[in-house]
Amino acid sequence: MTAFFRVAWLIFRKDLAVEARSWELVSTTVFFSVACLLVFSFALINEGQAVGDVAAGILWVAIAFSGTLALGRTFERERQTDTLRALMLAPADRPALYVGKLLGILFLMLLTEVILVPLVALFFQAPIVDWPLHLAALLLAGTLGYAAVGTLFAAMLVRARSRDVMLPILLYPITVPVIIAGVRGTAALFQETPDAALAQFWLALLVFFDVVFVTLALWTFEPVMTE
Amino acid sequence: MSLDFTEVAVSNVARHYGRRKALSQVSFACSAGEVVGLLGPNGAGKSTLLSILATLVEPSAGEVTYGGYRAAAAGAAVRARVGLLGHDLYLYPELSARENLAFFARLYGLPDVDARVQRGLEYANLVDRADDQVLGFSRGMRQRLALERALVHGPRLLLLDEPFTGLDQSSAAALVGRLRGLQDDGCLIIAATHDLDVAEGLLTRVLFLRQGRIVSAEEGGLGLRTRYQLAMRAS
Repeated sequence: MTAFFRVAWLIFRKDLAVEARSWELVSTTVFFSVACLLVFSFALINEGQAVGDVAAGILWVAIAFSGTLALGRTFERERQTDTLRALMLAPADRPALYVGKLLGILFLMLLTEVILVPLVALFFQAPIVDWPLHLAALLLAGTLGYAAVGTLFAAMLVRARSRDVMLPILLYPITVPVIIAGVRGTAALFQETPDAALAQFWLALLVFFDVVFVTLALWTFEPVMTE
Repeated sequence: MSLDFTEVAVSNVARHYGRRKALSQVSFACSAGEVVGLLGPNGAGKSTLLSILATLVEPSAGEVTYGGYRAAAAGAAVRARVGLLGHDLYLYPELSARENLAFFARLYGLPDVDARVQRGLEYANLVDRADDQVLGFSRGMRQRLALERALVHGPRLLLLDEPFTGLDQSSAAALVGRLRGLQDDGCLIIAATHDLDVAEGLLTRVLFLRQGRIVSAEEGGLGLRTRYQLAMRAS
């Protein structure tokens, strides 16, 4: 078991080191998500006031779209240098490779959210400080579920010619439950009178999805990666 | 976790990609201390065969055994004894030479990582550039580093896909010397190459492949280039 986590940690640290040298994923993901937010704010803010209760939806759309961008690129790197084959050749548990890549994606997406959430609060007057722990838990659980499925699909599609097109086509339908739970839970916290109990219900559902998705991904990673 | 073997046997291996046959009925065996050359034109199936030997691709039919163990059964234990230098070099360009070797050494769970990395850098003649990003290296420097990456865990079976690509004359000679040393240490080396002149004298046995089949397997006689031409003409 320690070997499993050692390998996952190694992959995660390596991905961070590569990213620290290139800043490719952080810069594109943050830029894209902020641009997404700005477009929505131009369309939906009238005289300083957001039209309707849209902040939660916009936040999760920006997270999902920028996450897809990051998912595609992180495996594209391994494909360009064919290092994925070197990883698969190592005598390590292959699910540990998956966990390492998942941690890297999760870290990147959470980093993007650290920038995104205050901007949503600023543009759409979302009350992010009223229930900060609930909000953080919803974001963490939702992002984990999304990244768990996305990492598996991105790895599966790494050798496919039409991977850039196929990734969102496969990913979005499967992660609809995660997005819905994330949006509804966050909306419950952002409404005029925040409903913590409702947010907790959606959080519990997200945790359930996380357990299902991570378990399935760990179970299927090795067979789907075998040529 | 780790097992050892001194023989690799390929038995009636075939690999199909849809209707295209990349390999058909390939059989041979080789032992520790041999340097086996896989020669043939582009698309002959050399890289596919190396991928199967590396356990990265499953054969559509037939089997490969490593001292009696099947890759599917032994899994990680077999992979721990296999080193692969691919046509793509399996290096992270953003990381330094030292970081690349250290990452793979740790991935294999090896002890004395620093000492192994230092030794690898010395063999690759990259001590002066150890902390530079691989991004700025020439093809030859990357090739030398990639070989040490493939050797960092001391594999019993070393698989090389075009190992001489991008090497100048002295680097190629150094690589031949390095491979001879590994051969003497009991390493089993299988190399796919088009560099017949460099490979001449290094290979102890040659398998000529064409259209996924072994068309000739011989141990000696005429010069390598002549034997290659005869084998290709005969098929």
